[in-house]
This record gives sequence, C-alpha cells and structure tokens, in this order.
Amino acid sequence: MNLGLLTQLTQAFGPSGYEDKVRALIQEHVAPWADELRTDPLGNLIAYHRGNGKGQKIVLAAHMDEIGVMVSHVDKEGYLRFTRIGGVYPLHCIGSRVRFADGTHGVIYLEHREDTSPSPKLTQLYIDVGATNKDDVPVSVGAPAVFVRPLVQQGERLISKALDDRIGCYILIELLQQVQDSPHDLYFLFSTQEEVGLRGARTAAFSINPDMAIAVDVTITGDTPKALPMAVTLGDGPAIKVQDSGMIAHPKVRQLLVDAARKAKVPYQLEVLRGGTTDAAAMQLTRAGIPSGALSIPCRYIHSPSEMVDSEDVANAIKLLAAALA
Amino acid sequence: MKHERLVDILQSLSNVMSTSGDESEMRRALRPLLAGQVDELRVDSLGNLITLKKGTGESQLRVLVTAHIDEVGMMVVDHTPDGALKVQAVGGIDDRLLPGLNVCVGKEQLPGVIGIKAIHHSSSRERLKAIPLKELSVDIGAENRKEAQRLAPVGTRVTFSTQAHPLGELIAGKAFDDRAGCTALVALLHEEPFPFDLYGVFTVQEEVGLRGARVAGYAVAPAVAFVLEGTIADDLPKKEDVGPTSQIGQGPVLTVMDRSYISAPWLLRYTVQLAEKLGIPYQFKQPGIGGTDAGAIHLTRGGVPSLTLAVPCRYIHGPISLLKPADLEATITLTSAALRHLTAEQLANN
Ligand SMILES: [Zn+2]
Ligand SMILES: [Zn+2]
Repeated sequence: MNLGLLTQLTQAFGPSGYEDKVRALIQEHVAPWADELRTDPLGNLIAYHRGNGKGQKIVLAAHMDEIGVMVSHVDKEGYLRFTRIGGVYPLHCIGSRVRFADGTHGVIYLEHREDTSPSPKLTQLYIDVGATNKDDVPVSVGAPAVFVRPLVQQGERLISKALDDRIGCYILIELLQQVQDSPHDLYFLFSTQEEVGLRGARTAAFSINPDMAIAVDVTITGDTPKALPMAVTLGDGPAIKVQDSGMIAHPKVRQLLVDAARKAKVPYQLEVLRGGTTDAAAMQLTRAGIPSGALSIPCRYIHSPSEMVDSEDVANAIKLLAAALA
Repeated sequence: MKHERLVDILQSLSNVMSTSGDESEMRRALRPLLAGQVDELRVDSLGNLITLKKGTGESQLRVLVTAHIDEVGMMVVDHTPDGALKVQAVGGIDDRLLPGLNVCVGKEQLPGVIGIKAIHHSSSRERLKAIPLKELSVDIGAENRKEAQRLAPVGTRVTFSTQAHPLGELIAGKAFDDRAGCTALVALLHEEPFPFDLYGVFTVQEEVGLRGARVAGYAVAPAVAFVLEGTIADDLPKKEDVGPTSQIGQGPVLTVMDRSYISAPWLLRYTVQLAEKLGIPYQFKQPGIGGTDAGAIHLTRGGVPSLTLAVPCRYIHGPISLLKPADLEATITLTSAALRHLTAEQLANN
C-alpha cells in the first residue's frame, strides 16, 4: 500500500465542482503510464491506455470530488451560514472542522435550539472562522469548503475523510500501472461532480462512447452495531455490484468481475445496496445504453468525516480488476 | 439599447401570456423584435425559438445564450356544475397568493376571477388559513358547466392578468422570471456581431423541468453557455440575519451553485474579474437555491461550461414582481462583455 499517495489523495481539497487540485495530483501520477491524457469541459480527467486493436473499449471510473459545504451568508457578527455540497448530514457536522481553498479553517456548531428534535436542520448550524465581525471574514458567499480529518492507518484499517472516492482514485492509479499489457482500450475516468448527481461521468461517457463501463466506488457495510441488514463486511473482499437504487448492473459485467475474482484468487462479496448509487448509473444510460457495473470498496461511516476501509479489500480490488482487464 | 426602449420591451413581453407548454404568444411577440437582428431563426419540435447571429469570423467558438419564454400559471382541469373552472398549477405557484385575483383565461384572454367565499361567510379561523388551489375555482361568468366547457375546455391556460407599469424607480409586472432574461437576450441580439457565432435561444418549459433547454443544448452543441434569468430578490427586512438570496439594485446575480448545477469555476472567475475591471456591479446568488436551464445545458453531450446571470426580481412566481431597470442594464452589459472577451484559449486552458 502506497500510504504516501493515499494521504495526498485523501487530504487534497476537492469538493464537487472544484476538483482541480485532486486532478493535478492524479495527473502527475498517471502521466507516465497513460498513452493520452485529457481534461474535458466539466473537468473530468481521462487517462487513456491504447490496446492492441483486438480488445474492447472500457471505461473505469472513480470520482475525484468529495462532499463539502458552501457559504451561503455571512452575518454581521462574522458567522457563516452554509449549504451542503452533496450528501452532508447535520449530525456529522457538529464540532467538525472545515477548510476553505485559501486555507481558512472553520468550526461548525449548532445554534441554541428551542426544539429538541434529535437531528438539527442544516439551517440551524453555522461556521465559526474566529472572526469578530463581517469584515473580518476571509471568505465570502459561494466559497466551498471540505471537512478536515487526517488519514490514519490502524492495523489493516484506513480511516480518513474523502475515502469516498479517493480510494477509488488510488485503485485506478495503481491499476493503470498493472494493465500496461491489456489488449483493451482503457479509459481511466477520474470524474467530477459525482456527489451532486453523477454529472461528470454522464458527459464523459457521452464523449468516450465505450462498450462497457465499470465504476470503482465505496459501499456501505452491515457489520456495525445495529446496522441495517447488508451482506457486506469490511475486510471480506471487494464487493461486486448486483444492484443499487440507481441501477442494475449488467449481468455480463457482473459475471466478468466474478470470473476475474476467481481467476485472481481473491475473496469477493456480492452487493445489493438499498440507498445510493455510483457513476455507473449515469454511464449506463448514456447514448444508446452502455453495459455497466461497479466494484465497490466496503466502507463504514460513508459521508462522515471519518470513513473507514480495509487495506486488504483495496489490494484485492486492484488484483481483481487487473485480472478482469488482462 | 436605449433605456426607454429596453423598458418598453420588458413591459410588452411581461404582458404576454405564455405558460409552460404553450409559449406560442411569446414566440409571436419575439419575431418582430428580432427581425433583421439575427441571420437564422427557427422553431424546434418542442417550441424553442432558436436564433443564430453570425459572428465576425474572428473566433470559431460556438456560444449559446438562453432565456426561457415560459411562465408559471394554471391550467383548466375540470368544470363545476355551476360553470366555474377547476385549475391546477403549471410550475411553482404559491396558493396563498391566489384568492381574489384577476386572471386571463385562454387565447381569447377571457377575464376571470379566482373566487372565494365572502368575508361574511367565513369564520375568523378560516380567514387565517391558506386555501389550497384545488379548493379554489376560476369564475368566468359562465352560466353552467356546458358554457364553461365551451369557453374554456380542459387544457386551457390561465395566467395572471397583470399589466406592467413603472413603480417609482422600479418596474412592476408579471413573469419577470424570465421576461427579464428574454429582454436581455433581445438586447444582446440587437448588438453588433460577436467574434463568434452566437446562438440566442428562447427556451420553453423551464418552469416544469428545464425541458426545452435540454434539447436545444443538444441541438446547438455549444462550447460555452450563458443563461439569462430573473431570480429571487428577498432584500426586504428579515427577522434573522441569514439571507438575502439576492438584492435589488446590486447588479446581476451570478450563480455559484444551485440545485441544478455548479458554474464552471473558471467561467465564474473570468466574469467576476471582468465586472471588477469594468466597474459593473454584481452579486452572488445564495448557493443551494433554485435551478435554471444551465442545469440541463451543462450536461448535454460531452458537457458544457455554463453560467447563469440573473436580474434580481422581488416576488417572482407571483402575480406581480418588481425589478430595477439598472439591474437589467448591468446584466446586459456584463453578459455582453463576457461574450466579447471570451476566447478559445480560455477554454483550452481550463
Ligand atoms: Zn462515492
Ligand atoms: Zn426562471
């Protein structure tokens, strides 16, 4: 495991729509291994591996963006109100720290509430950047910010912000180096704006127009106290998507991944996700339809500032995908 | 374009009846305004009015500017035995605003009134409650169901019957969302040719789901898109220090992020820098609120960097909204400048 690279990836600033720093970082790591590299109108980074002319045209997608917040108002006292970028839950926010593009840090806290409902509304929260009044605030309305949490490795477990989906970006970067002999035309798509509606993947899939698409993203697990029933466990292997709330994986793509797991002798799980989806859902419906599937990394506490994955699952996902594309 | 002419166009377009899905009156009103100003003009299968203003040939870019010609309103869905019309909303309408209003019914513009029982008959508690639209009906003076059916069959459009007029420094009228944007687009098309081919598209069905823009974006396949809008100004005093979304008199409202899209950061930065340089006022729309045609356009084909510039308008989606002509003029000036300085290199570098 290249912990240095994963640290850089997870700690980079990249809320949806503002993925340029993540893109620059990934670009640096894939450039030596890609036959072509381009950035498209929505900011997607596409690294192309040329096959031998006999293979298929395949997209592998991982999204660069992460959830975050955006300033919606600065009040007289210098406190900031904010809106969500992607699926941000108020309960996760309280006491969290956020960082703006210019390096300004802020603490999110909760105003005094008359109502005692367990979950506050986002409108009851504010960001405190330590300002004494409005003119003292270094950021303005429209400024995006991301949550702050370092990457920690503890045994096989990895904990950080933005593992959704920098872990997928990490896997694709490593994978590109291992599939240099693949007969297929491979498009490594580092997509934008997944968290706000699978937007980047949709337009990138249109311009690439592939024969098949596979998203590499995280999925929830059912192995935590009183978790909703979900037959995915952290550390039991990458999860091959059967379906989620946005798409049904193409049976052939699913079978390709199952066969690859057997060939590579790596453990795998099958995933049926009730709520949530991936870039594959958008790619599947592009143009006349693209057979699509997904390989998911089991992840606890998705969309909280402390997401947790297992490094064995990550290593096995790379092996599985390398076998699938050989 | 001269101030008086601009206000005149705004007022005349504001008075046009053009609810989503039936925008023929707006297309009819626009044609004479565009005559001689564009090189091509066609109507597509959804009713979008697509115009091409050929460029000087300096630049090969293909740029799209849109404004939507539909407005929120109502549609007849049933008739009562005593000759009143039952209606449902077309787009986002606030039921609280409706009782007692004058409305316009159908192409013949029959006058109608949204009836409500007399104050003498309603309890004090009833008078504090909003009446949902389904409990209201439109009275067109018909004697019975048969006559109502004849005068306003199911599917007939109903709009607010407001006539635009000046109000102090402001202009009052209905449907400034998006007749403000339409007026701005007309003014842009009256300007000297741009360095590139400019597609000025008057889109349909924005208020019911950005539908016209989606297919128009596909057909035009632009490199960049600007969307001209009338947006929420909620600048009146508030109890809490958590807003406003935008303010009248503070210039064009630029979208950073709304529910439908995120503006291309480079395009936003570029436009802001131009505004600063040229001394044009501007403001940011409070993020996370509303959506515009940019939401559909930016996702067409291989993706289109997009930006929405809006005129701040008070009380949009109601029977009467207010705007300040200076905001409209600044929106036109800033959009024109953004268009004229746009280069292919900027696109390539971002
Ligand atoms: Zn994800
Ligand atoms: Zn509008």
